[in-house]
Amino acid sequence: MDFTLNEEQQLLKNSAERFVEQDYGFEKRREIVASVNGFDPDVWAQMAELGWLGLPFSEEDGGFDGTPVETMIVMEALGRGLMVEPYLATVVLGGGLVAACATADQKAVILPALIAGEIQLAFAYAEPQSRFDAADVTTTATKDGGKYLLNGHKAVVLNGGAADKIAISARTSGGQRDQGGISLFIVDADAAGLGIKSYPTIDGFRAAELELSNVAAELLGDIDDAYSAIEAVLDAGIAAIAAEAVGAMQILHDDTLEYLKTRQQFGQAIGSFQVLQHRIVDMYIELEQARSAAVMATLRLTDNDPAARRHALSAAKVQIGQASRFVGQNAVQLHGGIGMTDELRISHYFKRLTIITNQFGSVDYHLDRMANSTPQLNHEDA
Amino acid sequence: MDFNFSDQDIAFRQEVRDFMQTSLPAELRQIAEHGQHFRKEHYVQWHKILHSKGWSAPSWPVEHGGPGWTPTQKYIFQEELGLSGAPVPPPFGIGMIGPVLIAFGNDAQKAEYLPRILNGDDWWCQGYSEPGSGSDLASLRTKAVLDGDHYVVNGQKIWTSYAQYADRMFCLVRTDDSVKPQAGISFLLIDMDTSGMTVRPIISQDNDHTLNEVFFEDVRVPVENLVGEAGQGWTYAKFLLGHERSFIGDIAGSKRRLARLKKIATAEMSDGRPLSEDPAFSRKLTDLEVKLMILEVTQFRLLADEEAGNDIGPAASILKIKGSELSQLISEIAVEAMGIYGMPYVHDAVQPGGDEHAIGPNYATGILPDYLFLRALSILGGTNEIQRNILAKTALGF
Repeated sequence: MDFTLNEEQQLLKNSAERFVEQDYGFEKRREIVASVNGFDPDVWAQMAELGWLGLPFSEEDGGFDGTPVETMIVMEALGRGLMVEPYLATVVLGGGLVAACATADQKAVILPALIAGEIQLAFAYAEPQSRFDAADVTTTATKDGGKYLLNGHKAVVLNGGAADKIAISARTSGGQRDQGGISLFIVDADAAGLGIKSYPTIDGFRAAELELSNVAAELLGDIDDAYSAIEAVLDAGIAAIAAEAVGAMQILHDDTLEYLKTRQQFGQAIGSFQVLQHRIVDMYIELEQARSAAVMATLRLTDNDPAARRHALSAAKVQIGQASRFVGQNAVQLHGGIGMTDELRISHYFKRLTIITNQFGSVDYHLDRMANSTPQLNHEDA
Repeated sequence: MDFNFSDQDIAFRQEVRDFMQTSLPAELRQIAEHGQHFRKEHYVQWHKILHSKGWSAPSWPVEHGGPGWTPTQKYIFQEELGLSGAPVPPPFGIGMIGPVLIAFGNDAQKAEYLPRILNGDDWWCQGYSEPGSGSDLASLRTKAVLDGDHYVVNGQKIWTSYAQYADRMFCLVRTDDSVKPQAGISFLLIDMDTSGMTVRPIISQDNDHTLNEVFFEDVRVPVENLVGEAGQGWTYAKFLLGHERSFIGDIAGSKRRLARLKKIATAEMSDGRPLSEDPAFSRKLTDLEVKLMILEVTQFRLLADEEAGNDIGPAASILKIKGSELSQLISEIAVEAMGIYGMPYVHDAVQPGGDEHAIGPNYATGILPDYLFLRALSILGGTNEIQRNILAKTALGF
């Protein structure tokens, strides 16, 4: 058992944290969030140059053969900087699906361009009625010669407005909520019949509603059999935002600690009051527990048993959801009035953590998924 | 990063598990399975079995009879011990005074006391808290005055667990009033049968006898029973509190209790189906499992730190706080799971061999007293509020 980073990983961590600190100041982020694209193309190009966009991909796909640990390192840094560049949508979700499902020809078209920062991806799986259930799919795909035609409505697609190519789940057989009968497709963002309505989310990111009307699409992976790949990539998404949450919570913790030690009331630093000390100690504990959750999510992502993987990832997401709420809400509370403002970065981190709490499934959703996956303790013989 | 135990550690776990299975006497196993409470003879019986295997003092150096395990092996042993249902002995001998004597005792003390702790002949208790000195332990007033080659001790200790079983007590006493409180404390070893000592039981809210008051009236303690230097007792006490803290979360105990709770929830019926299938109750159960899984990872992180030779320092307070909260929460929900049979409490039923007195399902015995007594987990060894003070100071720099 070993929880230390190897030398290369430590270098990656140092460089990612330095990048966030030196090149992604909060005023700059404010401008990026307000910009037309919702991300900074220069920053994206730098991320490509630093090699971040190729981390999880195999060497034969042009990547760096990284493990989930490298993704964790980058995501934690993105969380510290509250970076809105679409790493999650492009590299983790879209890229993850392409790496797992695409043919060699498809990979050759997509991955080198992705790794070079030339194209972005998105993954459209949710629908207005599906809530957190990626098997609840009404969007249809019907065969039309060598292509498929997609029809339906995909909801809250991360980076849907800026993506050049979008992976889309659609039903090719079975009932509305069957796990079987779901297939994956890839479409170009400018495909005929594809309506994209892009909008901001409360955390400064962008998402989109997709209206699909006879959109010609290419199959990605095996027909009818995409659900397990979808579930795996969404679990990778959970591990990624778990690390991002840890980075964001670390900033909230540090800023709040600093505030308690400097803010004066009743003639003394408010951090001299025990009730506030104990509150921030509880934030610190939740942060450490969240760190354990992120590590567990990362290391169990490659578990050979999908049920065991799901169980661990859901457990991690429960802890991350609870910790995100606790640390976010109390960072605002301990800052008092100034914590309510748009001016201070506190509220922005709080908003990202608020989204993370429910992204890829709420606490209750994941408690239920655990109960329905592997309810056995490791030590049932006890 | 690697989440897995090494092949050697996995083999070691199997060896320990096999030993527990073959060596834990059936009557002890049955006491645990029936939710009954161990008595001194059970602890001693098991201690001597461990001793004959060379495993009675996991954390001691080899030259004093320890097995020479790595931190990970110690962890595995403690976990398997906890999971087996064996009587886990109170920590006062092996876990507390042993390491203090090894670090600060003189050769005569080591020779006299350590072998008898190791083989289970001596039972120790801890004389720390006093009626006026709980969280503020350094204010303690039990006084030891030098009179020739003896200290004369007068005062009172309280909350002394298992003093009724003990042969000896390690005790914090005030030897100097003229300096600041911490600097006037000394660390004495006292035979429980010394004239002038009185042990009085305190019955706890589970109607059982674990706690005691101990009174000292002109108790004469030979000066050679002073550990280290006079006035250094506080340093030794802090060392002792910092020792073996990585097990403080009792994750093995929580694993055992959660497994038991799951069995109860499967057996108890609610609305015509097992309680475990009630959606709201199922979420409570799963939430406990999440808390356990996360705490175990935190424990693993600290263990890896220890393996690397680092001091885990304030992080042990996290284990204490979250571990005790989890143990308490599991027991709280177990009482809830029992439903109407969460109400009866027949004291005789939790005594070894008390099966004929049990009321309700056979898993009911012990659930309620467990809940009551586990309230102590967030109080003993420094309350959870004191742990938060420690974290505020050491981890956050207040």
